[in-house]
Amino acid sequence: MIDFLFFPGLLFSSVCGMLASFIDRKLTARIQWRKGPPLLQPLYDLVKLFGKETIIPAQASKALFLLLPLISVSAVALFAILNGVIVKSSVAPFSGDLFVAIYLMIVPAVCLILAAGISGNPLAIVGASREMKLVLSYELPFILALLVAVIKSHGEIVITGIMSYQAYTAPFLFSLSGALAFLAAIICLVAKLGLVPFDAAEAEQEIIAGVLVEYSGFSLAMFKLSKMMMLFVYPMFLIKLFWHNACGSVIGDVMVFALKYFVVLLIIVLIRNTNPRLRIDQSVKFFWTYVFGISLLAVIFAFIGL
Amino acid sequence: MAKLTMEALTRSIGVFHAACSPCNNCDIEILDVLTPRYDVERFGITLVGSIRHADAMLVTGIPNMKTAEKIKYIYEQMPKPGVVIAVGTCACGGNMFRHSYNFVKPLDEIIPVNMYIPACPPNPEAIIMGVVKLIKALRG
Ligand code: SF4
Repeated sequence: MIDFLFFPGLLFSSVCGMLASFIDRKLTARIQWRKGPPLLQPLYDLVKLFGKETIIPAQASKALFLLLPLISVSAVALFAILNGVIVKSSVAPFSGDLFVAIYLMIVPAVCLILAAGISGNPLAIVGASREMKLVLSYELPFILALLVAVIKSHGEIVITGIMSYQAYTAPFLFSLSGALAFLAAIICLVAKLGLVPFDAAEAEQEIIAGVLVEYSGFSLAMFKLSKMMMLFVYPMFLIKLFWHNACGSVIGDVMVFALKYFVVLLIIVLIRNTNPRLRIDQSVKFFWTYVFGISLLAVIFAFIGL
Repeated sequence: MAKLTMEALTRSIGVFHAACSPCNNCDIEILDVLTPRYDVERFGITLVGSIRHADAMLVTGIPNMKTAEKIKYIYEQMPKPGVVIAVGTCACGGNMFRHSYNFVKPLDEIIPVNMYIPACPPNPEAIIMGVVKLIKALRG
């Protein structure tokens, strides 16, 4: 319970997520030659939404409408526990395996789709159908990319097992197959986070706010919070799978992790700022040809042992 | 709690752009405010697409036979607390359309208006100044 509520669950990952979201917005602003928001901006956004009225549309099913954002946040918090072992290394009470991770990572997207579906707004339903297509297109390459880590660690599917294998040998990122898989996984991650080249589901200029169009107040805050937490937790997961090395001391580990995280975040922010939004059919094509190709290559190389 | 909300609200304003039959000039000025040159994100102001996410409505233009009801309807859909800002002389009082056959009544007789930014059209600096003054007034 303490794991879930404080460290490394809800509280810790939401604070880090807010920080990550601030870095993301600040970097975006600097890239556009602006000054950008103050440090506490994500916190202000959330606190404001907590204090606002929550409007439930007349057609929506009330309980589900209010419950789905909470499910989304708790799924991300659970996922944070699953790989929140930067400091606690391998002594976590439940060191989950990759299957749990894959399922938990889909939950927020499913919540979004359901939430849009029941809110009864035509624009939200268009958004939901786009989000569904996006999930279908990125999930396969993503799972293939994760498979590379499994193959390289000789059939290990427990996350801590993969980490300790890397600690004994070398991070997978420094091999050909590992690098390719990492690349494919990062591209899928951008889509999972709903960031710009793949944000057709929330396209503000065409379908208003897409899936979230009917949400307000507390429920909207919960969806925003889960987005922020995802921005911290998902890259962390990838770093663990492909780029883990232990240097002994706790503080050193945390510092090295922060540095790696920043590099991954920087890549994500750069991708999002240098690409225009793709239409949904273009994104599906992109994932099913290029990204799928990259991860398939990575799997083949991993089998050969490169 | 209300005080905390107000404090946060004045630092993070989601603006909804409600065009209520303007001549479109005011809208262009509003879009200018949102460009990197004026960078209103430093005050926490962002443009939102859905009225459900909005904390402030920027209303431009005159309420006419068709839009008068709609603007009232939109205002009612905004989650409270929220503010209304009338941008341009049209929204403040009718401008040269006030004797038109199509003019219903001034905006502030339809919905409560918290801030008036006159001029035809107001330039981006004037809009930012108006919003900042409103923020100061709300913080008290
Ligand atoms: S105030 Fe002037 S610029 Fe603005 S909508 Fe009215 S006529 Fe157009």
